Amino acid sequence: MATQQTKVLARSLLTPAVALLFIWMIVPLAMTIYFSTLRYSLLDPGSEIFVGLENYRYFLTDPAFLASLRNTLVLVGSVLAITIVLGIPLALLLDQEVIGRSIVRLMVIAPFFVMPTVSALVWKNLLMHPVSGLLSWISTLLGMEPIDWFNDAPLFAVILIVSWQWLPFATLILLTALQSQDEEQKEAAEMDGAGALPTFVYLTLPHLARPITVVILIETIFLLTVFAEIFVTTGGGPGLQTTNIAFLIYSQALIQYDVGSASAGGLVAVVIANIVAFFLVRIIGRNLEA
Amino acid sequence: MARRVSARRVLVSTAAAWFFGFLIFLPILWMFLTSFKTELEAFATPPTFLFFHWTTENYATVQGRSDYLLHALNSIIVAGGSTIIAMIIAVPAAWSMAFAPTNRTKDVLLWMLSTKMMPPVGVLVPIYLIYQNLGMLDTRTGLVAILCLGNLPIVIWMLFTYFKEIPKDILEAARMDGATIGRELVYVLTPMAIPGIASTLLLNLILAWNEAFWTLNLSTSKAAPLTVFIASYSSPEGLFWAKLSAASTLAIAPILVLGWFSQRQLVRGLTFGAVK
Amino acid sequence: MGQITLQGVHKSFGPLNIIKDANLDIEDGSFVVFVGPSGCGKTTLLRLIAGLEDVTGGQILIDGNNVVNVPPAKRGLSMVFQSYALYPHMSVRGNIAFGLKMAGLPRAEIASKVEAAAATLNLTAYLDRKPRELSGGQRQRVAIGRAIVREPKAFLFDEPLSNLDAALRVQMRMEVTRLQKQLGTTAIYVTHDQVEAMTMADKIVVLNAGRIEQYGSPLDLYERPANLFVAGFIGSPKMNFISGEIAGRHGAATIGVRPEHLKIVKEGEGWPGTVSVAEHLGSDTFLYVDAGPIGTLTVRGIGELHLTAGDRVWLSPDQARLHLFDQQGGIVRR
Repeated sequence: MATQQTKVLARSLLTPAVALLFIWMIVPLAMTIYFSTLRYSLLDPGSEIFVGLENYRYFLTDPAFLASLRNTLVLVGSVLAITIVLGIPLALLLDQEVIGRSIVRLMVIAPFFVMPTVSALVWKNLLMHPVSGLLSWISTLLGMEPIDWFNDAPLFAVILIVSWQWLPFATLILLTALQSQDEEQKEAAEMDGAGALPTFVYLTLPHLARPITVVILIETIFLLTVFAEIFVTTGGGPGLQTTNIAFLIYSQALIQYDVGSASAGGLVAVVIANIVAFFLVRIIGRNLEA
Repeated sequence: MARRVSARRVLVSTAAAWFFGFLIFLPILWMFLTSFKTELEAFATPPTFLFFHWTTENYATVQGRSDYLLHALNSIIVAGGSTIIAMIIAVPAAWSMAFAPTNRTKDVLLWMLSTKMMPPVGVLVPIYLIYQNLGMLDTRTGLVAILCLGNLPIVIWMLFTYFKEIPKDILEAARMDGATIGRELVYVLTPMAIPGIASTLLLNLILAWNEAFWTLNLSTSKAAPLTVFIASYSSPEGLFWAKLSAASTLAIAPILVLGWFSQRQLVRGLTFGAVK
Repeated sequence: MGQITLQGVHKSFGPLNIIKDANLDIEDGSFVVFVGPSGCGKTTLLRLIAGLEDVTGGQILIDGNNVVNVPPAKRGLSMVFQSYALYPHMSVRGNIAFGLKMAGLPRAEIASKVEAAAATLNLTAYLDRKPRELSGGQRQRVAIGRAIVREPKAFLFDEPLSNLDAALRVQMRMEVTRLQKQLGTTAIYVTHDQVEAMTMADKIVVLNAGRIEQYGSPLDLYERPANLFVAGFIGSPKMNFISGEIAGRHGAATIGVRPEHLKIVKEGEGWPGTVSVAEHLGSDTFLYVDAGPIGTLTVRGIGELHLTAGDRVWLSPDQARLHLFDQQGGIVRR
C-alpha cells in the first residue's frame, strides 16, 4: 500500500521520535556507565578518579544494597500477590449484573488516578495514624490493638499503600479480559453440563492466564521503581526498612552525593528491569503479529 | 445472552460490589470529608463521619497560599505542555508506522516501548547532573522536557493502535477520489482519528499530572507541580490534616473526573496491547 | 473514453510472483469480469489498474497513455470497494461529493451532480444521513453513487456484492448491469462467483494462480473452454471429467462433458451407475450418480425425472459436446 513517495515521507516523519528516544536512552545510560566507573562525589567535584568495577563490588556487597534488594523483592512480590489475588474476584464481581455498575467501577478505579504523593500522605495520616487514624478507630471497634504502622510494620504499610493504588489497574485489565471471553464457549460448556466452578477453573482461568502474566510483568516494571510513596512517608526508614533499590540509589545520589556508587546501583536497576522487559516485549511482539 | 439472571443473584452481586467498591473508595471519600472539617475535628477521636461542622476554611486557606496557585499552574503547564509536545512528535511517527510500515516497523515500535520500561532511577544521576549544568533544575521547561520523553513511547503506541484501526480501504477510497496525501490526511484521516487522539491526550495528561519521580527530584519550588506541593505536607508543623485533605482534593479532583473518561484508554495505553 | 490495455504486466511481492505476464485489451464501454478462485490474483490485478499497487513490470495503458507511474488520484478511475469504504464522518451527500470537491469543481456544480447521482440510485431521501444509519444495500448504493458521480473513464468493482444477502445480491446485480449499460462506461468487475460473472459480463477474464487462462464472452468460455481449468471453473454444477481408458479411446488424457449433455438411456446401453443423491428443484433435477470406475457423474435433467437415490441408471454423453484435454490440461483439437 505504500508506494515510493509515501515511503520516503514516512521515514522522515518517524525520525524526530526515534532520534529523541534514542538520545534519551543512550546519552544518560552511557553517562551512568561512565560514572559508575569513577569515584565521584558531588561534594568534591573535579577529583574523580577511575576505579573500574570497584563501585559495583562496593555496591553489590554493601549490606544496604542487600537490604534494599530484599525490600524491593518483598515489595514487588507482595503488591503483585495482593493485586492479583484481590483483582480476580473483584473483576469477576464487576463482570456480573450489578445495579449501578458504572458507579461501582468509578469507585474501584479511582485510586489509580490519585497522585502517589496524595495517596501516601492520606494513608499515612488520615488512615494509619495510630491514634487518630481511621484504621486505628476500626481496630478499637473490633477490640484489637491499633497498629503503629510506620513504626512497627513500615514496609507492610508501604505495600498496603502501593497495593491500593495498583489494585484498580489489575482489576481493570482482568475485567477487560473477562469481557472478551467467548460467550459461546461458556454456553457450550453449560450444554456439556459444566457448573459455575468447573467453568471458571477450566475455561475462565486459562483465558485469564495471559492477562495475569501481562499484569505481573507490567506491574513489576513499574513497581521496581516505587519512589514517591517511600519518599513522602518514611524516607526509607526506619533505618533501611523501607528502602528499595530505587530509593537507595536516590539517597546515594542526592543525599550522600556519591555519584559513582549511585550510578553503579542505577545500572543494576536497569539490568533487573531489562530482564523483566525482555519477557514483556516478547508477549507484546507476539500480539502485534496477530 | 438473553436469559434473565435471578433477582437474588443480582441483589447479592450488587451488595457485594457496592461493599467492596465503597471499601476501596473509602480513603478518597474520607479525605474528601476531612477537607471540610476543622483541624481539631479532623484529628479528633473517635472520628466523625457526617455530622460535624462543615467548613470551607481549609479550602480558603489552601487557595490563599500564593504558592498553591503557582503549583497548580505548574501542574497544568507541565502536564499540558509535555503531553501536547509529545503528541506533536508522536502523531507523524505513529502515522508513518501505521500506514507505511516496513519490515523494521515492529522492531522499532517494540524498542520504543522498551524505553518506557527503563527505570527512571537508573538515569537519575546523569539527568540530574545535566540539568544542573544546563541550569534546568527547578524549571518548567526542564520538567516538560523530561515528562515529554517519558510519556512519548506511550503516546506513540496508543496513536499507533488507533491509527491501525482505521480501515485501510477508506483511505484508498479517498485516493481513488482524487485526494493527494495531504488532503487525505486532512479530510479523511484526521476526522476519523480524532476520538483516538483525544483519548491518547487524556490518558497521558493524567499520567503526566500524576508523575512523581522526576517532579520530586528535579524541582523544588519555582517549577514544582502539585505532586511536590503535596509532598511538602510530609513534614509539617502542627495540625495539618484538614488542610492536607483540602489541598489533595483540589489536586486530584480534575484528574478523577478525567480518569473516569479514560478507563478504556488505560487498558490500551498501559498494557501495550498485550491484553485485548 | 475508457479503453484499457495491459501489456506484459506482472507483479511480485518479493520472491512471490502474484501476477504473471498479463496481457489484456478491454474495449471502451464493455463490462469485463475478472473471475477465479481465491488467491488467483484478480483483486491484485484490479488494484494494479487502480494504482493502489505498483506493478513490478509491464505497462498499463488507459486510452493509449501508460499510467504505471501515475498515482491513483490522477488516473481518472473510480473504485467500489468490497466493504464500501464510505467516509463515516461524512453524510451521504458528503461521501458522494468528496471526489468532486477534490477535483475543485464549483459548489453549485457539485450540488447538482450529487443530486443527479442520488436520484439515479434512489438515495435522495438519505442524502443527509451518515453511513452508520444506512442498511447494507443503501451503503452499497452510496459507494456506487460516489463512483459514478465523477464520470470516470472506467469503474472498478472489487467484489461489491459479497457482503449482501442472497436476494439483495440478485437485485443489485441487475441494477449494476443496467446502470453500466445506461452510462456506457467501461467497467471491470472482480468476483469469485462464476454465476455473477456469467450473468453480468460482456467478456470474462478467468484467472488462475496469477495467469490469465482465458478471455472471452461468457458463452465462448462455456462452450469453448480453452483448457481444463476454465472448463471446470465455468458452469455450475461442474463439468464431469473422465480420465483413463474411456478418455484414451477418444484420443485424450481427460474428457469433459457437461451435466446437461449426459443423457439417460435405456438399460444396458451407455455407462451404468447408481444414483447416490437426487436434487429435485422442480424446474430441473440434478442426479449425482456413482458410476463405479468412471467416478461420480453429475447429470442435469429438465423438469422432474422421477428418480431417487438407489435407482440404477445408464448414461451416455452427447458425442458432439465432448471436450477433449491433453496431459497438460490443454484443449485437444479434433
